[in-house]
Amino acid sequence: MNRIEQTFQLLKEHDTKAIVPYIMAGDGGLDCLTERLEMLEKFGAAAIEVGVPFSDPVADGPTIQAAGIRALNNGTTLKEIVAELTKARRTIKIPLIIMTYLNPVYAYGISSFVEDIQKAGVDGCIIPDMPVEEEEMIAPLLEAAGTELIRLVTLTTPLDRVKQIAAKGRGFLYTVTVKGITGTRNEFDKELLSFLQAVKEVSPIPVLAGFGISNHEQMQTITKYCDGVVIGSKIVDLLAENNFAELADLMSIFKLKSNLI
Amino acid sequence: MTAYTLPNETGHFGMFGGKFVPETLMKAIIELTDAYEAVKQDPEFYAEIKHLSKDYVGRETPLYFAENLTNYAGGANIFLKREDLNHTGAHKINNAIGQALLAVRMGKKKIVAETGAGQHGVATATVCALLNLDCIIFMGAEDIKRQALNVFRMELLGAKVVSVTSGSATLKDAVNEALRYWVANVEDTHYLLGSVTGPHPFPMIVRDFQSVIGKETKEQFFTRYKTLPDAVVACIGGGSNAMGMFYPFIEEKKVALYGVEAAGKGIETPYHAASLTKGKPGVLHGALMYLLQNQDGQIQEAHSVSAGLDYPGVGPEHSYLKEIGRAHYHSITDQEALDAFQLLSKLEGIIPALESSHAVAFALKLARQIGASQNLVVCLSGRGDKDVDAVRARLKGGDIG
Ligand SMILES: Cc1ncc(COP(=O)(O)O)c(C=O)c1O
Repeated sequence: MNRIEQTFQLLKEHDTKAIVPYIMAGDGGLDCLTERLEMLEKFGAAAIEVGVPFSDPVADGPTIQAAGIRALNNGTTLKEIVAELTKARRTIKIPLIIMTYLNPVYAYGISSFVEDIQKAGVDGCIIPDMPVEEEEMIAPLLEAAGTELIRLVTLTTPLDRVKQIAAKGRGFLYTVTVKGITGTRNEFDKELLSFLQAVKEVSPIPVLAGFGISNHEQMQTITKYCDGVVIGSKIVDLLAENNFAELADLMSIFKLKSNLI
Repeated sequence: MTAYTLPNETGHFGMFGGKFVPETLMKAIIELTDAYEAVKQDPEFYAEIKHLSKDYVGRETPLYFAENLTNYAGGANIFLKREDLNHTGAHKINNAIGQALLAVRMGKKKIVAETGAGQHGVATATVCALLNLDCIIFMGAEDIKRQALNVFRMELLGAKVVSVTSGSATLKDAVNEALRYWVANVEDTHYLLGSVTGPHPFPMIVRDFQSVIGKETKEQFFTRYKTLPDAVVACIGGGSNAMGMFYPFIEEKKVALYGVEAAGKGIETPYHAASLTKGKPGVLHGALMYLLQNQDGQIQEAHSVSAGLDYPGVGPEHSYLKEIGRAHYHSITDQEALDAFQLLSKLEGIIPALESSHAVAFALKLARQIGASQNLVVCLSGRGDKDVDAVRARLKGGDIG
């Protein structure tokens, strides 16, 4: 069993849900990345999505765009992020998942990237601008390395396509909860919950929901229909403000989890 | 040469192309692919395009022998394919009409588009006015400054123009915002992409709608001279006027194809838009293509005196034609383009768009190089009315780039 599977197994045994924070690597400087990962682990993260900054993040809203620009202005590169994650892995026990647009990976060299993140102890990889139609260029390599390619489905994905994607799925299925880009939302689409339920029914792997989630009420409602949530923009904001108290509070919702793993 | 049938079923031109978009857009991409396949079998659709092209746009456009320019260059005969004479002043309307009619067939009543020079925005706003579609145009704040007149035109035509301040605040960033808008409004909105870029099927659809340029050129030239030109030349931003010109000639191996990128302040400086000449393959805005990027895969800003060429990528099909050596790509500096802008105005009484001026400047060099017995056709993709203010400022000593 790999680290992601183990994590979901544990959550299940304790009948609780996953909170997966997203963090922009290099925002605040790469030096603080490990420290922040440790803090998020301590606050109860089930896993962490580590974002790689990109000059043209078309799936992201203003918050993550701005964090990416700050990270790039700090001179952050994918190479250095991978090196830093190698160090972080010595202390961090929960799964680490890289979230990156395709071009930095392409420039890195796809096979070197797969090799290096595997060595670094990265457990999974999300590429938001690579639909399943284009994944042949990297999916077999990740599969061979034992690094999970996390697939996404969205509110606009027809159910038969959800089934196809879920069937290929590894690790967990990432369900995008909005028709739109990242960024906090006050309200979700009426059809979201029934969609989540439908996804959960057809998915052989755990289902996480993400995009726009920023408070306990949303987390409670949404996790009735899936295995956990990814929280991006809200966490990025709180980290940028050094507002660790609110961060701890936001993540405190699913009891137990913090000292599980 | 075996028949040229690209893109393949998965939307690739060799290694280039594809559909690298967020999953949210895949349904719309698949819908668009299917809708396009359906209209391909529908003669009525093409009859409608033909009717509008003739009575509304003013096609066919003339193929004009530029005798004064030819004499000045002292080499090959230079012909101009007069896309500048189209309604709205550039080739962009060919694609806008085709895609807007397609959107209507798909039942979409809202159109989003990006624009650089404003020509595609104006063409899109125009067609939306004609077909009673809602229209929202994203345009870089820098370009809004450079092309103020076109912004006003779009607004007159009933479009909403949104200023984009992120990144370099030019075309690349306008595409980012248009894509983000589309992601959020995909169910009732068609993205009317303006060049042979973006995810499949856009590069194919835009090429097909623009290929009227090359088809007419071929027929016009053949009717007059019972042969084909030796070379065709077109400027390259994303590459739509060039692809429209090249496509009908791809299997005519004797016809040399030349694409002209913007060298800005020089390709040895960081201030250019020569993606094919100086870039590397990478993925942006839905396609694998040549891209200006740093070694970490971050996209670099493009620079050109002409807003329409100011894009760090280039269509996947051009990337492929370069790779297989079927087309040749060169670049022309801001200064050379400005010189050609004035030259064509003085010699022929035709004020070309700054974009097209790049093609004219290269054609002068090529005409001298290939010599007197040869014929070359320049795609004069647009007229220069939109640029006269900026050029005037520049000639007075200011810098508009
Ligand atoms: C007159 C003119 N020519 C050329 C272009 C460049 O686009 P493309 O390379 O797609 O033809 C533009 C773009 O705005 C334009 O306005």
